[in-house]
Amino acid sequence: MSENNVVSRYTTAARINHWITAVSLILLALSGMALFHPSLFFLTNLFGGGQMTRAVHPWIGVVLFFSFLGLFFRFFTLNLWNRDDTVWMKNLGAVINDREEGLPELGKYNAGQKLVFWGQSILILLLFGSGLVLWDVYFEDYTNIDQKRLSAVVHALCAIGAILIWIVHVYAAIWVKGTLRAMTRGSVTRGWSWKHHRKWFRQEVGKP
Amino acid sequence: MATLQSLDIRRRSASNEAPPQIRQNAMEVAKLIDVSKCIGCKACQAACLEWNDLKQEIGYTDGTYNNPTDLTPASWTVMRFTEYEHGDDLEWLIRKDGCMHCDDPGCLKACPAPGAIVQYTNGIVDFVSENCIGCGYCVKGCPFNIPRISKVDRKAYKCTLCVDRVAVGQAPACAKACPTQAIYFGSKQDMIVHAEHRITDLKSRGFKNAGLYNPPGVGGTHVMYVLHHADRPSLYAGLPDDPKISPMVGLWKGVMKPISLAAIAFAGVFGFLHYITKGPNEVSEADQRKGDELAGGKKS
Ligand code: HEM
Ligand code: SF4
Ligand code: SF4
Repeated sequence: MSENNVVSRYTTAARINHWITAVSLILLALSGMALFHPSLFFLTNLFGGGQMTRAVHPWIGVVLFFSFLGLFFRFFTLNLWNRDDTVWMKNLGAVINDREEGLPELGKYNAGQKLVFWGQSILILLLFGSGLVLWDVYFEDYTNIDQKRLSAVVHALCAIGAILIWIVHVYAAIWVKGTLRAMTRGSVTRGWSWKHHRKWFRQEVGKP
Repeated sequence: MATLQSLDIRRRSASNEAPPQIRQNAMEVAKLIDVSKCIGCKACQAACLEWNDLKQEIGYTDGTYNNPTDLTPASWTVMRFTEYEHGDDLEWLIRKDGCMHCDDPGCLKACPAPGAIVQYTNGIVDFVSENCIGCGYCVKGCPFNIPRISKVDRKAYKCTLCVDRVAVGQAPACAKACPTQAIYFGSKQDMIVHAEHRITDLKSRGFKNAGLYNPPGVGGTHVMYVLHHADRPSLYAGLPDDPKISPMVGLWKGVMKPISLAAIAFAGVFGFLHYITKGPNEVSEADQRKGDELAGGKKS
């Protein structure tokens, strides 16, 4: 398909920003889970052993935080909630059965994507905050023991939440064919745009 | 400290392996510290450094006898001095602080590194440094504020109860060094019996609340104190009145682990089942045609 048969969806900069975030989130999940559950401690081998895993994880966290901050400012206006999103959520059953026909036309993001966006925004903020409290190498002296214990619980809970959201996010990209190319090539087909984000598509071609 | 094969392990941090169980009659040991007999000479502190080949850097004085002012990665025991005034009486309470060798050790519960903390069948809780990754979770797990992470090698250190001496039938170095014999060492049962004699004696001399500190909240400890004011342990430089593993740590290291893994596994399985039952969500030819129509003029 020639280039002008497609609709541009992400700039190169946005895609690079996304992939830095994606890679760091996966590395964080792997290195974090290694310390979370004894049965997963073997994952520390991916990072050069237990000590290395412990040392490197928070640094990847810093990368994730700033990278996600970039995504946040790029996309948050497009993720504001509107009435159509509420209708969409009420018909989630139809959506997961691939029967979207009767639903309102959607802008660039559907309600599910928006929830992923806001969910990760909140969780990554909490992960960053609690992660700093747990980062004894630099910040041991700034908090007391009760704050550290609370942070350990908050950090682990938020990590599980972020991993669950990540699974939903990745699965959606696998299930809805034609989505992945938005992040690998920056564009999507006209058919995909018509089916999933018609309102956005109309704006893009200038024919509301 | 390396693991000592002559001692069986009862519990090992972050491990699912079954411990050896063929020897059933392990004797539980304990150290009994008689606070009422301590004169604060710090011979035990010196003996600890000496035996364990440690060197405490020269620090500063905070105007009290506490020296160093806190436990450190090299000082696994310190004497804590409290001036307790009541009426016109002054008591100098001197407590030898250090790991209590809890029967239910919070440090071991919290540790994520397999075998970095072990509990031997004799009750001693020991940090196996080569397995330690320096995460500091043991600090969060401990109800007594004991482990210290070294800034040099980022490993956790604390009193070993001289496990290397005990393994070959010797008493801990501190117990050997104490000039007033305020530190006893032996089987836990013997130590409790001995404490009872001391408590009777103290009571006969007017300390009506004298008693043994062997807190049940952590399953009892393998370092116990004879206190003249056992009704108020916190008088002794903040010794916890009722130590327990924090409920936060209980949650974090308890139900959260299996529930979290189950949730993640469920999400994965749900996605897989959804895909194989519903099939992929594909763009139809009709959608493609409609899309081309809308794009209209820009059609290729
Ligand atoms: C955003 C910045 C982050 C920072 C600064 C950070 C920092 C930390 C620190 C300091 C620890 C303790 C272990 C160590 O010292 O390495 C830790 C543990 C952990 N982190 Fe993070 N982290 C961050 C983000 C994340 C993310 C995004 C995830 C998962 C998707 C995650 C998952 C975990 C898990 C599962 C643990 C183990 C918790 C436990 O043992 O219960 N972290 N993190
Ligand atoms: S720092 Fe403490 S909790 Fe962490 S690995 Fe070492 S002994 Fe275990
Ligand atoms: S006092 Fe602290 S460090 Fe010692 S065994 Fe108990 S929990 Fe572990």
